[in-house]
Amino acid sequence: MCLGIPMKVVKIDGDEGVVEAGGLRKRANLSLTKGLRIGDYVLLHAGFAIEKLKDKEARKTLQVLRDMHI
Amino acid sequence: MGKEKILLSHGSGGKLMHNLIDTLFLKELGNEISRKKNDSAVINIGNKKIAFTTDSYVVNPIFFPGGDIGSLAIHGTVNDLAVCGARPLYISLGMIIEEGLDMDILKRITASIKAASKRSGIKVVTGDMKVVEKGSCDKIFINSSGIGELYYRGLSTDNIKAGDAIIINGGIGEHAISVLSKREGIRFSSAVKSDSAPLSALITKILKASGKVRLMRDPTRGGVATTLNEIVKDGKFGVSIDEKSIPVKRGVREACELLGFDPLYLACEGRVLIVVAKEDAKKVVNVMKKDALGRDARIIGRIIKEHKARVCLNTSLGGRRIVDMLSGEQLPRIC
Amino acid sequence: MKYVDEYRNKRLIDKVAREIRSVADKGRFYNIMEVCGTHTMNIFRFGLRDLLPSNIRLMSGPGCPVCVTPNEFIDKAIWLGGLKGVIIATFGDMFRVPGSYSSLEKEKAAGCDVRMVYSSMDALDIARKNPEREVVFLGVGFETTSPTVAQSILAARKDEIGNFSVLSGHKTMPEALRSLVRGSRLNIGGFLLPGHVSVIIGKRPYEFLSKSYKKRCVIAGFEPLDILEAILMLITQKRPAIEIQYTRVTGKSGNPIARRAMEKVFDKKASLWRGIGKIKDSGLVIKDNFSDFDAEKRFSPKIKRPKENKGCICGDVLQGVKTPLDCGLFGKACNPENPVGSCMVSTEGTCAAYYKYRGKGNG
Repeated sequence: MCLGIPMKVVKIDGDEGVVEAGGLRKRANLSLTKGLRIGDYVLLHAGFAIEKLKDKEARKTLQVLRDMHI
Repeated sequence: MGKEKILLSHGSGGKLMHNLIDTLFLKELGNEISRKKNDSAVINIGNKKIAFTTDSYVVNPIFFPGGDIGSLAIHGTVNDLAVCGARPLYISLGMIIEEGLDMDILKRITASIKAASKRSGIKVVTGDMKVVEKGSCDKIFINSSGIGELYYRGLSTDNIKAGDAIIINGGIGEHAISVLSKREGIRFSSAVKSDSAPLSALITKILKASGKVRLMRDPTRGGVATTLNEIVKDGKFGVSIDEKSIPVKRGVREACELLGFDPLYLACEGRVLIVVAKEDAKKVVNVMKKDALGRDARIIGRIIKEHKARVCLNTSLGGRRIVDMLSGEQLPRIC
Repeated sequence: MKYVDEYRNKRLIDKVAREIRSVADKGRFYNIMEVCGTHTMNIFRFGLRDLLPSNIRLMSGPGCPVCVTPNEFIDKAIWLGGLKGVIIATFGDMFRVPGSYSSLEKEKAAGCDVRMVYSSMDALDIARKNPEREVVFLGVGFETTSPTVAQSILAARKDEIGNFSVLSGHKTMPEALRSLVRGSRLNIGGFLLPGHVSVIIGKRPYEFLSKSYKKRCVIAGFEPLDILEAILMLITQKRPAIEIQYTRVTGKSGNPIARRAMEKVFDKKASLWRGIGKIKDSGLVIKDNFSDFDAEKRFSPKIKRPKENKGCICGDVLQGVKTPLDCGLFGKACNPENPVGSCMVSTEGTCAAYYKYRGKGNG
């Protein structure tokens, strides 16, 4: 029901910022996420960063699947 | 019915447009030539076969990364002739200009037309211009018509056979994304440039390399998906394409994820789909790869006996889905 | 693309699909509802059904905002668009949705000023740039989207932008699920819960599903690997619970900033869902102290009695009771060019997904 795509924060200017993916840059509103830093990945929905991506969790998910023995 | 109005979707290259063409224009004006619905009409004059085509350009914005309305008006018409196996020769230009347009803009567009004509090897031999009141058109609209001499006969859907390969000369959707990136309300910056280019030289090389090319089409409005559907519309065959072999460049993919688009429906302006006998496919790809406009050429699928009048996509994960014709222009979505 | 490509890795996907086939009990049927339209779309887009054993049945749920928006909402938007000086700003999703008598696309052709935006903030920008006009933004979507719209209303108040208002058609997911399981005519064993709604609300609002209704649930991401892993988690879940597969963005407690914005601007109220009916507390209306920004209160739209389409079974499709193939209109009177119900017009609608990816329902 809601498209959200992971994009990297490349500029922060108060509540506004710029996010990037594959060379595509777009202005984004960052007011719904706290403590963002340049280089963080956020989930972008309707022009807003609605959450920060947790890299540790992302890697854990993949590792579990890789380690799965069938 | 009396209140029915023309919608933007009628011009999007999808089903609505095809229906309108069939039920109004071809019904009232159709003849044995126009009913073939090729990119160009092929007509006989004396003992010569001539290809003849027309197209109007209303792109907004008029300048976009990788091109502008002027070069587009030349390339588009050149390509419509070239894919019919014709050598593009002469072009006419009709310009509709909005009152108040900067003279410098018109000069820039003219310079671009000049450069594109030279590159395409055609001559602009006649033209017309009208100026309309502010608001009656958006900056400038260009119509171009072109004629060319047919040098390769037998390009027709009638010649398609099961097993034929389908080749494309490069990445899809770059033109559409470059234009969209500058549109009000969507605006993003991106390294994606329009693929707008004249294909006549590349096509000549292809047709020299193989005598078994069945058909060529340029996937403009409606994209690769719509063009492939048109190719098998008459119901004798189906098409099978492989998602992983379809080139989608970095930047195009990301824009599609962001806006909820399917790249298969995005317009290209410098791409050609070639249907060729299986045994000649590799040869054609190799010839194409030597040309700057065919460097990323590859086989993306084949004509099949099953799934008549359908385009089936083998997903990169091993699943399968039907790829239908575009129904209305894709709109940026959040859901 | 980081966080995308890894989850489309064919080798891993094949591995999880094999695991699903090996652990699924061949003697039983698994009826799973993917609540969210984006899940439906991706299941078709990547051809995931082909990777699953035939005793795992996936049903599409009511999680497509466009599909559940009643005609009444579109009728009001069209009425507002007919007012002098009004600009309607909307997500592209709503542009072609038919109301009782017309659609925004058709009204635009007839002269209504409709602009498509990617964000509610873009609508606010249009208002800033056109102070002599009234900009009405059509607010649709679930908890993922409503905080973004709330932020725009808060920004409009802060920047004193007086010519901006929102027609709120926002809805909330847990209440819809409650009504679904309560009146369920169909045997649904488990739910793939919407990952992006959950980013905002966390897992607690769903707990009634496992506790009171004994449904197994997994909050799932949207990439193919996410969806398959979530299915695997679902069919191997020991006791009914709410598990999170999409841990890289969804925490247990969601996003408190977003929820606060939502609570500041919106009140819960009963809301009409297309084809399903009125559901208690499932809608978001703009609070009284923000009524300057409430298009409903500012302009009091006066519309003719809304008309629902006869013969359209969108409601049953949205509840997973029927599939589009059961509908007499599907692929005939109802197709993407002439959609009768909104499940056909929304790109993520179940009918559109069936039509587009399965080929008119015959495939």
